[in-house]
Amino acid sequence: MKSSFSSVLPKISLVSLLLGFLLVAAGVVGISFGPSGWNIHEAIEILLSGAGDQTSVNATIIWQIRLPRVILAAVVGATLSLGGLVFQALLRNPLAEPYILGVSGGSAIGAIIGIITGLSAFPGVFLTAFAGSMCVLACIYLLAVGVAGRYAMNRESLLLAGVMINAFCSAVIMFLISITKSTQIHSILFWMMGDFSIFTREQIPLLSVVIPCFILIFVMARPMNLFLLGRETASTMGINVGLSFTILLIVSSFMVSVIVGQAGLVGFVGLVIPHINRLVFGPDHRVLVPACILGGAAYMVFCDILARVLPSQGEMPVGIITAIIGAPLFIFLLWRGRR
Amino acid sequence: MSDALVVRKLDHYYGPKYVLKNISFRVKTGDFFVIIGPNGAGKTSLLKVVAGVEKYEEGHLEIFGVKQSQIKRKNLARKIAVVPQHVPVDFPFTVADTVLMGRSPHLGLMGMESKSDIEIAEQAMMFTDILHLADRRLEILSGGERQRVIIARAICQQPRIILLDEPTASLDPSHQLKIMDLMERFREEHDTTVIMVSHDLNLAAMYGNRIMIMKDGEVMNLGAPHDVLSWDKLEFSYGCYMHVDESPIGKVPRITPVPEKFR
Repeated sequence: MKSSFSSVLPKISLVSLLLGFLLVAAGVVGISFGPSGWNIHEAIEILLSGAGDQTSVNATIIWQIRLPRVILAAVVGATLSLGGLVFQALLRNPLAEPYILGVSGGSAIGAIIGIITGLSAFPGVFLTAFAGSMCVLACIYLLAVGVAGRYAMNRESLLLAGVMINAFCSAVIMFLISITKSTQIHSILFWMMGDFSIFTREQIPLLSVVIPCFILIFVMARPMNLFLLGRETASTMGINVGLSFTILLIVSSFMVSVIVGQAGLVGFVGLVIPHINRLVFGPDHRVLVPACILGGAAYMVFCDILARVLPSQGEMPVGIITAIIGAPLFIFLLWRGRR
Repeated sequence: MSDALVVRKLDHYYGPKYVLKNISFRVKTGDFFVIIGPNGAGKTSLLKVVAGVEKYEEGHLEIFGVKQSQIKRKNLARKIAVVPQHVPVDFPFTVADTVLMGRSPHLGLMGMESKSDIEIAEQAMMFTDILHLADRRLEILSGGERQRVIIARAICQQPRIILLDEPTASLDPSHQLKIMDLMERFREEHDTTVIMVSHDLNLAAMYGNRIMIMKDGEVMNLGAPHDVLSWDKLEFSYGCYMHVDESPIGKVPRITPVPEKFR
């Protein structure tokens, strides 16, 4: 009987250790892979000898190109998984995803405008995409507060507002594509499928803004558990529901917007990773937050390897891989859950 | 004895529509206080206002001598636990997880439970006889078991007042008695105040030591079961004839709603 009450700290450590190891392993493999085949031995040697020693071509490739790329993949996977987890708790819907409030539509419009007007990928398109999703969030916030009156932002009106804004945005997106020159359509499509290939090293410092978001969300893991019992019950158990809800909503939307602006719309990660983690580790968010950060990162690094290696020439958008793996996996999980 | 709860001239409304109107009553520490009344009388709203889930507009509300609006969210949760009408089971929490959540208002910033928190949870589960269900998921339990889990969670909160919103609705008679006996025993052993909303007038008569009848957001009657549960007061509030006599099991009123064909 004692086992059902085992303290949560050892479980958090164990899960973090396990998935952390997985992430490191995926990272090393990701760094070893390149168009010229893969050499895990050399990659480890170069990494261990430090960043200062970049005399050989291979060392330069690893430090300048592959390592930043792996870091990007890891941060994108972690952020989208965690974003999905937070939205699932806030909307009390296990099928919610990080784009559900319209972030995807808004940032896509922003990105397309950036691409059409010929801005550079960074910071040009990043900024327009980020601005797009922030506009949508402002709309959602005002709408939800307005619709729900003084019990601001109940989950049904938030959900509906998000779905409608995404629908509206896709109309605008189609319009923008229809008036675009054919040469730019390729970039637009790649952006909308989630594309890491245009990533540069200069973007890495910007990625670090998600770290305080991660920490804040981990601190709020316990309120998220209580949210699953319903807002009123959470309130009777000592949670300031309005404040926690608003903080989580803004923080998670913000970090997802930063990531989408840089990497495009990578789908399914935010849906699949929290779901698998919940199946394996249970519904406690104090465990799920680190599990989604590390597991999502490892999964995305793995998908990025496939995106780089599978095509015989060039590479494909990583969003294709995440969707091809994610969608059937998700259906399988649903089917298993029914039994 | 001191007052656990004092409500004076309390109003609560949505726009022009009054949900609670000029409510005044006291609940003494250790009372088993039962609120009855027809649907839409404002009973659940009153519980929500007392628990601090809904704000009231006018009047005065005191918990153990302190104005409720001056008590912080977390401190209020240490004083008052709620057993709500509906419990969502969308996410696969186990019984142990659920009961342990009752410790939330007592935990620090990171929300990690200590050994003593776990002991308190185990005692609460022992008390409601659900220790053997600890690893089960909430969604596969029967209605009676689930209710005992939620009560264990409330007990685990170590409150001074427990609010129950129709805790026996949709349970069979045996489970109804089990739940009520649990609450009665807990009230006696821990000198806790119990405030319960119920539609079951006979349970109210058998367990409550104070009964309050509400109708249209107002208090109609308040007093001991023998004084309040009379046919004329019940007919006035419920609008239907109920036969009241002495219960064969003891000195409590027995209420029988009378169908048309027996009138």
